[in-house]
Amino acid sequence: MRNRKAKGSAAVLIALCLALAGCGTNNDKAASTNEPAQTDSTSGGEIKVGILHSLSGTMAISEVSVKDSEMMAIDEINAKGGVLGKKIVPVVEDGASDWPTFAEKARKLISEDKVATVFGGWTSSSRKAMLPVFEELKGLLWYPVQYEGLEQSPNIMYTGATTNQQIVPAVTWLLQNHGKKFFLLGSDYVFPRTANKIIKEQLKVEGGELVGEEYTPLGHTDYATVIAKIKEAKPDVVFNTLNGDSNVAFFKQLKDAGITSKDLTTLSVSVAEEEIRGIGTDVLAGTYAAWNYYQTTDTPANKTFVENYKKKYGEDRVTADPIEAGYDAVYLWAAAAEKAGSTDVEKVKTAAKDLEWDAPEGKVKIDGETQHLYKTVRIGEVQPDGQFKEVWNSGEPVKPDPFLKGYTWAASLSAGK
Amino acid sequence: MDVVVLQLFNGISVSSILLLIALGLSVTFGLMKVINMAHGELIMIGAYTAYVVQNLFNSYMPSSLFGWYFVLAIPASFIIAFVFGLVLEMSLIRFLYGRPLDSLLATWGVGLMLQQIARSIFGAPNVGVTSPEWLNGGVTALGGVVFPYKRLFILGLVLVCLIFMYVYIYRSHSGRRMRAVMQNREMAACLGISTRRVDAVTFAIGSGIAGIAGCALTLIGPIGPSIGTYYIVDAFMVVVLGGVGKLVGTVFGAFGIGMSNTLFEYWTTASLGKVLVFLCIVAFLQWKPSGLVAMRSRSLDN
Repeated sequence: MRNRKAKGSAAVLIALCLALAGCGTNNDKAASTNEPAQTDSTSGGEIKVGILHSLSGTMAISEVSVKDSEMMAIDEINAKGGVLGKKIVPVVEDGASDWPTFAEKARKLISEDKVATVFGGWTSSSRKAMLPVFEELKGLLWYPVQYEGLEQSPNIMYTGATTNQQIVPAVTWLLQNHGKKFFLLGSDYVFPRTANKIIKEQLKVEGGELVGEEYTPLGHTDYATVIAKIKEAKPDVVFNTLNGDSNVAFFKQLKDAGITSKDLTTLSVSVAEEEIRGIGTDVLAGTYAAWNYYQTTDTPANKTFVENYKKKYGEDRVTADPIEAGYDAVYLWAAAAEKAGSTDVEKVKTAAKDLEWDAPEGKVKIDGETQHLYKTVRIGEVQPDGQFKEVWNSGEPVKPDPFLKGYTWAASLSAGK
Repeated sequence: MDVVVLQLFNGISVSSILLLIALGLSVTFGLMKVINMAHGELIMIGAYTAYVVQNLFNSYMPSSLFGWYFVLAIPASFIIAFVFGLVLEMSLIRFLYGRPLDSLLATWGVGLMLQQIARSIFGAPNVGVTSPEWLNGGVTALGGVVFPYKRLFILGLVLVCLIFMYVYIYRSHSGRRMRAVMQNREMAACLGISTRRVDAVTFAIGSGIAGIAGCALTLIGPIGPSIGTYYIVDAFMVVVLGGVGKLVGTVFGAFGIGMSNTLFEYWTTASLGKVLVFLCIVAFLQWKPSGLVAMRSRSLDN
């Protein structure tokens, strides 16, 4: 009896705590919408910034290294005296490969930690989950990964490629050099489905042919049936938009089925140096990828970047496109804050317009209109040592066009938006 | 025609992997009625053992012998997972017999802890396990259909494990003791069988087989801290569909799910295929709640 009573009062206590906690967050929200949260973040000689990536779960394979490069950029900037004379203090949160967690943690970073800005996200689902939070609380997110385009939020800076800086030129290059018959394989979520919608429109006008289209759940590991379907469809090219761990299984099993890169061209848009480490170079050599940056990209800035990264995290570590885009994001934010003389989101955004920087990938520039970057497009072939050899590039930074307004065939895609 | 042959082979191959994963579970869940959610993490332990053995070979053995690391990795995975299972049983599981829901929660927690430990030791990103040279490639049959050596090897491995389990459970003295304890614990204890020891060894064997499954998985998929979570649901499906507590049920369950999964995936898509398999299992369990092969025993009445 006594025991039950104790339990009862414990329950009441817990309920009370929850109610109080609920009030607390409500108050925070009210406060942050009335007056900018940034007043707090700059106090006391420190500027807090949020870092929000999946440090566990299926996306950890990709996102942990982006977190590492962002931390490195922060350390470098701090070593040179910080931003506006203040030290940058990162608040690291784990999104756990779970989209609601990303939204929840983003809300916590802005309203509780009162960070000046957040660097984070990888999958489009995580970005789409965070977007309303950043818009509601007037925060600023720097998103470092190539994505499917057709989006533009005033509260997000996109430092990865949009479709006209990766997928569209890659399809054109494949059509010109490797054949007309395309097989589209992707993970079953936002990015691959939207990317493939764009590719299908493009194939229609540029003389390509779609011979198959398959989606597998995130984390899927048995590709025997998909490979049988590929064999049956006899494509010239497999355009691979699989994300995360599934790539390991797909390429391992493709090789086991006796299909080499000589029999079939595969081009991936989510397999970079980092993923090659996990998949095995023997399996991937000879396949292609489209990115804006490779570890082998030949610029002076990249030489220092790669050296520092390896010095900090180990000789066996590699850099890759999103790792570099995360690094760029921190530097661009710092430069914009310096220029604005403040970490206030609106002032930083205004200062960021047309801001240029010598990134490891070469010159990048923030497009004031879309908040995306001007980036150089590069297609690379995986070498036996796990590095890329550049086989084609766009020569100069390409203007971002997230809604593909510059392409007449894409009219039906952006019309719905 | 080629496609039919290939898909049949793929189905058998998927089934064999499911069977290997569910085999250990059918011992711990089926025979001992412990819902061991940490089974997936025991698979992970086996996979990482293979990775460690590979690295040891890389650093300490001449490269000409590298191809043989896998032969050593299989027993090593079994032993390491066996020891883990033994420790787990003695420190936690033994207090949870006859409390399936509690065991579910407790072992789920253990699983999360093991994942986190693996993440601290090996890092969150996947690690690469290079398959031995002699398992690369495949047999080319009539009509250009390729049967990968790896899949054939796994098929053989499953067969060996299955025979071993059969001999152990139905033909050996300790297996007989094990069945006696499972069927009537009090009676067995009266006859002088140390039920404690039997429990511990049974659980450890189930864990060891999970380790072998993990070792085999390094051949086909990624090795990461969360590798086990991809397979745990499938493994439980196999045991429940097959009928709890019967080896032959596990075999039927694995082949039922593996074959239908491959067929549905071929006719539709990977996502829809999985949904259809689930629907079939739900429908089937409505019709036969105790699974494909029901255990005829009074012990299940209580």
